[in-house]
Amino acid sequence: MNETLADAGVETAVTSDASSCFARFVNVQKSYDGVELVVKDFNLDIRKGEFVTLLGPSGSGKTTCLMMMAGFETPTHGEILLKDEPISGLPPHKRGIGMVFQNYALFPHMTVAENLAFPLEVRHLSKAEIKEKVAKALAMVRLEEFGDRRPAQLSGGQQQRVALARALVFEPELVLMDEPLGALDKNLREEMQYEIKRIHARLGVTMIYVTHDQTEALTMSDRIAVFNDGIVQQLASPDELYERPENAFVAYFIGENNRLVGEVSEHLGDNCKVRLDSGDTVIAKPIAVGGVGSRTTLSLRPERVSILSGDAEEQFDNQFTATVQEVIYLGDHLRTRVTVCGNDDFILKTANAQGVGVMRPGQHIQVGWSSADCRALDV
Amino acid sequence: MSEPPAAPLTTADGVPLKVSLRRTVRRSKIKALLLVAPLLAFLFIAFLMPLFEMLWRSVDNPEVSTHLSRTVSALEGWNGESLPDEATFAALAEDLREGQQERNLGLLSSRLNYEKSGMRSTISRTARRVGTLEPPYRESLIEVNNTWGELDTWKLIQREASPYTISYYLAAVDLQLSPDGEIVQVPEHMQIHATLFWRTLWMSAVITGLTLLLGFPVAFLLASLPARHSNLLMILVLLPFWTSLLVRTTTWIAILQSQGVLNDVMVALGVIADEARWQMIHNKMGTIIAMTHILLPFMILPLYSVMKTIPPSYMRAARSLGGKPFLSFRRVYFPLTIPGIAAGGILVFILSIGYYITPALVGGQSGRFITNYIAYHMQTSLNWGLAAAIASILLFVVIICYLVFNRLIGVDKVKLG
Repeated sequence: MNETLADAGVETAVTSDASSCFARFVNVQKSYDGVELVVKDFNLDIRKGEFVTLLGPSGSGKTTCLMMMAGFETPTHGEILLKDEPISGLPPHKRGIGMVFQNYALFPHMTVAENLAFPLEVRHLSKAEIKEKVAKALAMVRLEEFGDRRPAQLSGGQQQRVALARALVFEPELVLMDEPLGALDKNLREEMQYEIKRIHARLGVTMIYVTHDQTEALTMSDRIAVFNDGIVQQLASPDELYERPENAFVAYFIGENNRLVGEVSEHLGDNCKVRLDSGDTVIAKPIAVGGVGSRTTLSLRPERVSILSGDAEEQFDNQFTATVQEVIYLGDHLRTRVTVCGNDDFILKTANAQGVGVMRPGQHIQVGWSSADCRALDV
Repeated sequence: MSEPPAAPLTTADGVPLKVSLRRTVRRSKIKALLLVAPLLAFLFIAFLMPLFEMLWRSVDNPEVSTHLSRTVSALEGWNGESLPDEATFAALAEDLREGQQERNLGLLSSRLNYEKSGMRSTISRTARRVGTLEPPYRESLIEVNNTWGELDTWKLIQREASPYTISYYLAAVDLQLSPDGEIVQVPEHMQIHATLFWRTLWMSAVITGLTLLLGFPVAFLLASLPARHSNLLMILVLLPFWTSLLVRTTTWIAILQSQGVLNDVMVALGVIADEARWQMIHNKMGTIIAMTHILLPFMILPLYSVMKTIPPSYMRAARSLGGKPFLSFRRVYFPLTIPGIAAGGILVFILSIGYYITPALVGGQSGRFITNYIAYHMQTSLNWGLAAAIASILLFVVIICYLVFNRLIGVDKVKLG
């Protein structure tokens, strides 16, 4: 196994030009029962040092993909390549991939230091080397004092950090994380997100991260693969995903989103006219729509909708009268639920700035948005 | 909460809160106790009382002091250097005369016979003629039976005058008191119990080891198979519990005896010659095979209950960290199953050293356990004191096992399923 790692190391040194892919999924399919495909056709190229997140609702196949990379599941079809070498035939312990499990999987009968020493011992490192590396790894996650404790004597966050240190202590080039922060409370989770990012930046390891929490994905990742139904719906950087979702699922899954449903009535160069079911006509940007007459879902971020005060400068190509239903005060901003174009679940987000008037339920207001922010997607 | 209250807290009707709380707690305790009272009463009558009765019998020594009371008091202050005086012999004659009239010398003669063989006939012969004896009794008694002229006889009576004795315990481990009161081994041809104790212990250890060897993979399968299959397997594991112990044991006789199924098949296949059939039953092998089979579930169930709590992610983590499959098993999975191994081991071992029916049926002469001798002394030799002493030693061994286990692992780890 040492040999494999060493070989691999040499190879990266030779072919470490940026363009080459570090890990690849090529047409990977997976079925457990031979009837249903859990992963339908998964393709992903991961560059060296990248932080890629597989994001999706539970049962979307993201964890299965991770397990196939780790070697605990075999693809039914397709190939997984690590540094251009197919690894399907390689058992997990020969892959040299670090992994952080959902419930940490720290060995309860060993101390923290023994847990960290395990991957080094099985690689037959000398005692002195092991001691040094364990100490370094503990320092990295700031748990120097905890080497002699048992995992059960640590808090959730500390256990999480030990799990992270254990996955990194043998210096793998690829680290997989399966919803590692799922068991932590919100504050700790945010702290750990930062910590993982910091370690990723410092060590430059490639990380594949699985989560169903979109905020986590947006904060941490270089690129995100949004999973649904065994297919990658969109693979893009966080801002790209948020600003320019390519289909209704991604728009709905990432961030908050107002939906208006209608059918395309006219194409106008870069834009199109959509006739909503309520009878109103909206100008939108066609992203994933067919010709005139096809059904479409318009996606519009709440913060991109403005409340018009009546000034002449405010000009939007979409302007409607809305009825205020509910105002929720959130401190730094206000969420206002209004009825517009037949949708009574339409959310507006406005900054709590000076000069913003108080709205009351039942009040009629003018709202407007730019056609560039209104994306016509599939149904 | 910030400042201590000036007066003690009271309930609404003025009773101090502490008193009221104590009363409530006591009431609920009494209720709980009442619920388990029938079981406690049952346990007391059916378990604790016999247990103390047994412990009592193993040291109880009433025969000499009740039936030879005159002799015993006459022997007080006797120095043991020479035969006792005429008064003591007269007391003996009086005691025996009374015993003969009331016909209760049987227990006495058996008791003395355990310690000195020949005493039974000495006493019965003397008692038959004691009515016609004339003083001086010293001479006439010795004339009837010269055992009365031996110093050892009198030392024995003096020694056994005590209401308690350790001689049953000594006999249980093949020791005895010499006439001078030293603890010595019984003659070699009469030694039996120590060998049986050792045999019981080592065979129980072998049986425990075998159940572990056979049960570990089964428990592992049970814990790792999907529910549908593991339920079926669990039924197979529990199936023996639904069959009578006697049936299971006699089935082994049918299979293993020299004209049995296994030997017939082996002969038919030509593996062994007809005249060289394997002797697999009525010896140690029979006991080991049958008891391993019968006690297997007691190993599997505690193992399974521990294995079920070990998440599969531990093994995956070990593999992903670079551990080869066997190494991962040895370093990670196996240590986590140790509470189960210990629990199953202690259960099987304790059950095994107290097992009776199976060794009695399939053990023959060489595969018999110490329990079979308890039964022998209870039913055939009628030496209940000795049976009680052997049983008490077994109980003691079990308690030691239990304490060691509790110290190392903790009894709360024993779970069945």
